[in-house]
Amino acid sequence: MDSNKRSSFAEMAAQARRDIIRMVGAAKSGHPGGSLSSTDFLTVLFSDVMKQDAAGFTRDAKGKDAFILSAGHITPIYYSLLSLNGYIERDELATFRKFGTRLQGHPCVNGGVKGITQVSGSLGQGLSCALGIALAKKLDKEDNKVFVLVGDGESEEGQIWEAAMFAAHQKVDNVIAMTDWNGQQIDGTVENVGGLGDLKAKWEAFGWNVVFCEDGHDFAQICAAFDKALSACGKGKPVMILFKTEMGHGVDFMAGTCAWHGKAPAAEQVEAALKQLPTTKIGDFKM
Amino acid sequence: MKQYIDQGKKDTRSGFGAGLLEAGRKDERIVALCADLTGSVKMDAFAKEFPERFFQCGIAEANMVGAAAGLAIAGKVAFLGSFAEFVTGRVYDQIRQEVCYGKTNVKIAASHAGLTVGEDGATHQTMEDVALMRALPGMVVLCPCDCNQTKAATLAAAAYDGPVYLRFGRPGVPNFTDPDQKFEIGKAVLLEEGKDVTVFATGHLVWEALQACAALEAEGISAEIIDIATIKPLDEAAVVASARKTGAVVVAEEHNMPGGLGELIAGVLAAQAPTPMEYVNGGDAFGQSGTPSELLKAYGLDAAGIVVAVKKVLARK
Repeated sequence: MDSNKRSSFAEMAAQARRDIIRMVGAAKSGHPGGSLSSTDFLTVLFSDVMKQDAAGFTRDAKGKDAFILSAGHITPIYYSLLSLNGYIERDELATFRKFGTRLQGHPCVNGGVKGITQVSGSLGQGLSCALGIALAKKLDKEDNKVFVLVGDGESEEGQIWEAAMFAAHQKVDNVIAMTDWNGQQIDGTVENVGGLGDLKAKWEAFGWNVVFCEDGHDFAQICAAFDKALSACGKGKPVMILFKTEMGHGVDFMAGTCAWHGKAPAAEQVEAALKQLPTTKIGDFKM
Repeated sequence: MKQYIDQGKKDTRSGFGAGLLEAGRKDERIVALCADLTGSVKMDAFAKEFPERFFQCGIAEANMVGAAAGLAIAGKVAFLGSFAEFVTGRVYDQIRQEVCYGKTNVKIAASHAGLTVGEDGATHQTMEDVALMRALPGMVVLCPCDCNQTKAATLAAAAYDGPVYLRFGRPGVPNFTDPDQKFEIGKAVLLEEGKDVTVFATGHLVWEALQACAALEAEGISAEIIDIATIKPLDEAAVVASARKTGAVVVAEEHNMPGGLGELIAGVLAAQAPTPMEYVNGGDAFGQSGTPSELLKAYGLDAAGIVVAVKKVLARK
C-alpha cells in the first residue's frame, strides 16, 4: 500500500491510542479495551473509507455515508476519531464523561455532536438501526453506504441475529457491518462466556457476504478488507467484515485480557501506558 | 344529555388502517413496518398500495423497532405495528433507547390492547402498556375511543414530529364521534357537561361512560364525561377545572391501576385540586380468555361498573 497513507494512518491511530488512555484516565471510568482493539480499522474507516465529512455532517446522512456505533461503550475511540477528523474540537475530549458534557459515557444525540447519528449503549440494537438507514437510502435512490460496528460479545444479543435475517431477507446490500472480533468481554473470553463459535460460518449461514480480516491491526489488510467489502456492495447481500483484533492492543498490560474492558487506569498506569504509545505531530488534547 | 349515534360497530384498528393509508397518500415520507400481523393491525391496505414503503419484519419486534428508528433518522416517518404487548413490554428497551432517547420520529401502532383481545387470553392482553410508555421521557401517548377518532389520531401522529404511542383495540365497538374531526394532541375532549361528578374515560371505556351518563341522568345525577384521548401530555388544565367544578372524579380505563390514567390523574389532582376519586380499571391482575364483553363485565370495565364507582364517589363528596 501507499507508504504516505500507511504513515498517516499510523500517526492518527497512535494519537487515538494516547487519547483513549488520557480520556479514560481523566474520567476515571470508561472502556479502553475495545477502544484499543478497534482503533486501527476505525482510523482507516473515518479517515479514508467513509464518504462523510465533518463540515457537511447532518444526522439524516442525506447524500453521505453513515456510521452507527452499535457497541456504544467504546466512545473513547469514537470521540477521539471525531476530534482527529474535524467533527469536534480536540480539547473537548477533556470533558469526556464529565457532568454537563456532550461526550456522554455512551453516544448521545442531545448535544448535537457532529458525527453522532444515533444513541447506543444498550447492546445489540445498532445493526437494526443501520439497516433502517440503509433501507431509506434505497428508497431515496442514494448509493451511499451505511457502516456499523458491533462487538463480538455484543453478538450474543438475539436482536443481532434478528437483524442478520432481516438484512439478508430484504437484500440490504448497501450496509457494511464490522465486527471487532477481539475475543474478550467483561466476564472472560467470548468463547467461555457466550460460546460464540465460528462467526464466519454463522454470518454466512445467515445469508451475508463475509470478508475476513485476519489481522485487524495491519493497515494493508484493513484497507484490502474495506476494498473487498465495498466491491461486494450492490450485489443483493449485506456485507460483514470480521476484523480479528486484540483487546487492549498497544498497551502491554491491557492486551489480550478482559480485565480492561471497562476499567480506567490509575495515574501511574496512565503514565506506564503512555510510555508505550509514541507521541505524534498531532499532539495531545489539553486537559 | 346529547344523543350519541352509533354509526355502526367498528374496530378502532380499522380507524388506524384508514388513517395510515390516508397519511401515506399525503406524505411520501411515511413508511410502515409490521411483524407478521399486517392484516390484524390493518396495515394491509397501506402495504398493498405502497409495497416499496412497507417492510415486513417477520416475528422479530426488536429489530423492527431499530429499523424504524433508522428509517426515521434518514428522514422517514416510520409507523411500526403489532399487538400492544409485543410493541411495548417485549421491546421496552429498544423503544427507550432507539426511539425516545434517540429522539426518532417513530410511531408505535399498538393494536389489540387491553382485555378486549378476548379469547387469546392474558399473554396477549396487555393491561400495563400505558404505564410503560408513559414512563418514557418524550413519548406522546394517545388512546382514542372509537374508529373515527383513531383515524384522526393516526393523522395527528403522522403530522407530529417525534415519538408517539398510539393505542387501539381489536373488537368492534360503537363508532360515534365525528368522522371529520380534527384530533388535537394534548387536548381532552369534553363530551358531556355535568355538575355532580366527572368521569374521565379513555379508549373503549368512553362509550361505556356515555352509557353510564344516561343511566345516571335517569336517576337525577349529572355526570360530566371527558374523553382523555391523549394520556401524555395530559390536559391538566381541563382535568383540574372539571374536578374543581364537580368535586368528584371517576377514572375509567381498560388498563391496570399501576401507572395507568387513574394514577396519573390522581397525581395531578393531589397536587392541584385534591378531590374524592374512584377508579374503574383492571386493578393489579392478569386477564383471561373470554369474549370481550364477558371480560369487560367480569372486570367491571363497563357502564354498570362506572355507575357503581360514581355512586361510591358521590357518597364521599
